[in-house]
Amino acid sequence: MVDAAAPSSAPTASSTRDLVTADGTPLKVALARATRLSKLRAFLLVAPLLLFILVSFIFPIVQMLWRSIDNPEVTDAIPRTAALLEDWNGEDLPSEQVYAALIEEISADGMRQEIGRMGARLNYEDGGFRSLINKTQRGAGEISESPIQYAMIGFDEAWEKQDTWAELDALAESPGFAAAFPATAEKLRAWETGNSPFAEKTPGADVYETLFEELSGSGNSTDIAQVVSLLGGTDNPIADLIQRTAANAAEIKDRPLRFALGGVDKDWNDTATWKVIKAVSPPVTMSYYLNALDRTYDANGNIVMQPEWKQIYVDLFLKTIYVSLGVTLCCIVLAYPIAHLLAILPAKHSNLLLILVLLPFWTSLLVRTTSWIVLLQSQGVVNDVLFFLGIVTDESRLQLIYNMTGTVIAMTHILLPFMVLPLYSVMKTISPSYLRAARSLGANPLVAFVRVYVPQTVPGIGAGSILVFILAIGYYITPALVGGQDGQLISNFIAYHMQRSLNWGMAAALGTVLLAGVLAMYWLYDRLVGIDNMKLG
Amino acid sequence: MAIPVYAGPLERVWYYLYRFICGCIFLFLILPILVIIPLSFNAEPYFTFTPEMLSFDSAGYSMRWYQDMVNNEQWLHALKNSFIIGICSTLLATTLGTVAALGLSRAELPYKGLIMGLLLSPMIVPLIITAAAMFFFYSAPFGISEIALAKTYLGVILAHAALGTPFVVITVTATLVGFDRNLIRAANNMGADNVTTFFKVIMPLILPGVISGALFAFVTSFDEVVVVLFMAGFEQRTIPRQMWSGIREQISPTILAVATLLVLISTILLATMEILRRRSDRLRGIKN
Repeated sequence: MVDAAAPSSAPTASSTRDLVTADGTPLKVALARATRLSKLRAFLLVAPLLLFILVSFIFPIVQMLWRSIDNPEVTDAIPRTAALLEDWNGEDLPSEQVYAALIEEISADGMRQEIGRMGARLNYEDGGFRSLINKTQRGAGEISESPIQYAMIGFDEAWEKQDTWAELDALAESPGFAAAFPATAEKLRAWETGNSPFAEKTPGADVYETLFEELSGSGNSTDIAQVVSLLGGTDNPIADLIQRTAANAAEIKDRPLRFALGGVDKDWNDTATWKVIKAVSPPVTMSYYLNALDRTYDANGNIVMQPEWKQIYVDLFLKTIYVSLGVTLCCIVLAYPIAHLLAILPAKHSNLLLILVLLPFWTSLLVRTTSWIVLLQSQGVVNDVLFFLGIVTDESRLQLIYNMTGTVIAMTHILLPFMVLPLYSVMKTISPSYLRAARSLGANPLVAFVRVYVPQTVPGIGAGSILVFILAIGYYITPALVGGQDGQLISNFIAYHMQRSLNWGMAAALGTVLLAGVLAMYWLYDRLVGIDNMKLG
Repeated sequence: MAIPVYAGPLERVWYYLYRFICGCIFLFLILPILVIIPLSFNAEPYFTFTPEMLSFDSAGYSMRWYQDMVNNEQWLHALKNSFIIGICSTLLATTLGTVAALGLSRAELPYKGLIMGLLLSPMIVPLIITAAAMFFFYSAPFGISEIALAKTYLGVILAHAALGTPFVVITVTATLVGFDRNLIRAANNMGADNVTTFFKVIMPLILPGVISGALFAFVTSFDEVVVVLFMAGFEQRTIPRQMWSGIREQISPTILAVATLLVLISTILLATMEILRRRSDRLRGIKN
């Protein structure tokens, strides 16, 4: 636009010969503007629909696919623990700091929902996690109030037993015990046991702490020996308990929370538990995809096969592919003869027969599925006819529905028009003179058909096959209604994870794998046929 | 194609055998749809032909399942829903799709392949994925749960409109392939503005394509169950959704009466399509 004024003011050798429009604009510029405007106009026409599809379709799909790698549950629920675990070497148990962070975060009020979600998320990795998290959530509050008490219980659950404390309480009266552990003896004497059913079975946290203090105090080996002998030697389990606690006192004192959480569940003393939490901590995960391929991370972060009983998805994908191939093959076998007949009959007759193909095409999917249930069930029309003909007896009625047979029959019927129509449109263009030429050159009818006619129909077979295969591989309704147990395909598992198990990450991962397959097939279809050449009806 | 006079005996046998095979395949296609029609008049609550029906005894037939359908609040409500959702989503899809097809048929449009791919994607993506995605999206669009459209009529209509647009785009672009753009220039030349040109010149010529696209969009919505299953509430149950629970929960022959009604509707739609196709071919000068 800037050069618009140029020709008159500063004519040069080349610009004088430039063509200009009536208002003096160089033709080049005017043309560029016109092209730009018409491009814009064309785009503005497309824009409303494009915007609508982008917002209400593409965006939701991308958002759902994101769920297959989105992994916020652990970092939402226990952010500090997750951050601390990042620096953990993975060989020894995590530091006391990690245990403290976990105890604090897991017992926090107002985070119940997040903790619940984390439990569910961890449970996908290992079946015991939901109960472990619930148990720990209940126990963590008490631990943070009196860590030493729960560390002792965690060291040996005998410290939680009434018998242990009853015996020590009885001993508290003796001068020997009082001499060895004066403070404990005093606290124990003040402790009301009694015979009332409401009396405490174990003393309060302060008694635990006092006893622990005296057990771990320096130069106490003689005191401990004295108490052990008072209890009648190391054969007495309580004497043994005291001795062992004293021997490990330094370690317990060092890491009370480790022992305490170990007391809630010994899984917390297992590095494998922490490894799983660490593995699930990153905000993005591949574990749903690994799961969708029957693989998983082992405790060391290597990718390994799932245990045998959990390996279902690869088989399921293969089954879906086999069924789709089977249905496609059935469709080719059934569609080829009738498409050929439609193509060679005069239009008057073929239009009539075409209605027989188009009516099922236009009829509701649910109606067609209902008819197949009615036809194929064991008291249905097909079995009744077979029974009437004496082919089956009343006991041996064929099980034709609620299994794979039913799925394949119903899907073949539903998808057959999608094979017939492309085949028909290709066959209609094949001139009969090629066949006549082959015959006149000496080929017998079969050779002429196989070597001259069939090769010309290959584009139709290809287009129809891809179309049927794509539709079959994502099928949901028919397998869900007539598939029974073994007729379920990948779509049905996506629906299962969406609606029943609520494992949305898994549903998204399975969906992404399916979508990738379908898009690859469409790319092929587009290359072979051209997506805008798709024939409808 | 009649059998040629020079055909040998083997060819003769094959000629009839081939027609017999084709007949069987056509029966396979059409019989399952036809068989439910007489069964819907069954006097007994069975899904098979009773001896009375086979002997054409009038006692074996009745209208009881049709009465049942007409008297059933749920079916009537579902039928109403199907039409409301179907018609609204069709109007939306047809308007957006036709305008977009006009743009797509212009040679100047940049990135045509990409845009076409995006616009046709609702037809490509397996329904179960679409349904799951729409469930998440309409439950909290852009993370804002205050404007949730799941379990509302508007949500289902928008979802169905998205599913229906590819069919409108395809049929209308196909009609525009044979469209002579000189007609637009002539109209502009004679003083018609763009709107007048659209309604007086373009629209009458592409109308068959628009209507058949609209019919496809309507059938897509009318027949759609997966999206409804995921994101519609009880209030928005459509006929296919009601049939789905009918098949899963308590299959009663009423469902056959409904199915017969739907076959009737699809026959009418098919006939309309066929008439439109012939009219369109005639207008564009294609001889059958």
